[in-house]
Amino acid sequence: MKARVFVTLKPGVLDPQGRAIHHALEGLGFGGINGVRAGKLIELDLADGVSNADVEAMCTSLLANTVIENFRIERS
Amino acid sequence: MNAAVIVFPGSNCDRDLAVALREVSGRAPAMVWHGDAELPAGLDLIAIPGGFSYGDYLRSGAMAARSPVMRAVIEAAGKGVPVIGICNGFQVLTEAGLLPGALMRNSGLSFVCRPVGLRVENCQSIFTRGFDAGEAITLPVAHHDGNFQADAETLERIEGEGRVALRYTGEVNGSANGIAGLINNAGNVIGMMPHPERALETAHGNSDGRRLFTGLLEAVA
Repeated sequence: MKARVFVTLKPGVLDPQGRAIHHALEGLGFGGINGVRAGKLIELDLADGVSNADVEAMCTSLLANTVIENFRIERS
Repeated sequence: MNAAVIVFPGSNCDRDLAVALREVSGRAPAMVWHGDAELPAGLDLIAIPGGFSYGDYLRSGAMAARSPVMRAVIEAAGKGVPVIGICNGFQVLTEAGLLPGALMRNSGLSFVCRPVGLRVENCQSIFTRGFDAGEAITLPVAHHDGNFQADAETLERIEGEGRVALRYTGEVNGSANGIAGLINNAGNVIGMMPHPERALETAHGNSDGRRLFTGLLEAVA
């Protein structure tokens, strides 16, 4: 069983890396980009029986810093 | 002064910090490995050094903040033992929840390694009593993730409570309100990005950092 955890900066938190990516894309000639935000994808390979609440606890205790980041969990 | 320096895999200012503490207090600190679950008894100071603990994996300081020794550090801090975190140590303290906010990638994206001007905003703390209020000092910084950020409410609270110990006098890394050093509510925990242990004697370029350690020694010993 797999879980994918997407960690993203909260809205309003300045993202210097996203801004640099934005500038680099424009430097390559790509237009129409209104904004870029960079985040992380963490894939967990889980044993049966690990609950959604367990994964959420992993996120709040380590995977995301909830002062500045949001997280979203996808299970498959 | 009975001090301990916490050493993580990837710490690289631990020995500089130990030399500074020994030079100022005349007593070598205990070097405590991250995997130790207990601290030496009767500590006057816990010092968390700079470096790249756990390779800065996930987020700077994130892994170190969850290591076994940090549970003991959090418990000791709660009992009033003074704790100083420098550079990566500041990142560890915010990740551990001992200080508010977070240290993010520098706004200019570059690693900043140079002496910077600072203003001492609060000289009442045990860490800054060696300075005068409003005094301008110079200390070296060397970091990639020194951009202090917190939500507006937190910023207003820490400013209102006079918990900003040090502020950059020029633009360095994008930190909110130019915050370079921050004290906790109880006054026994400080996190700071500049390196006082690298400004201990004239051979280092200046000795402003020594005054932090001498003031601290007078306060705790």
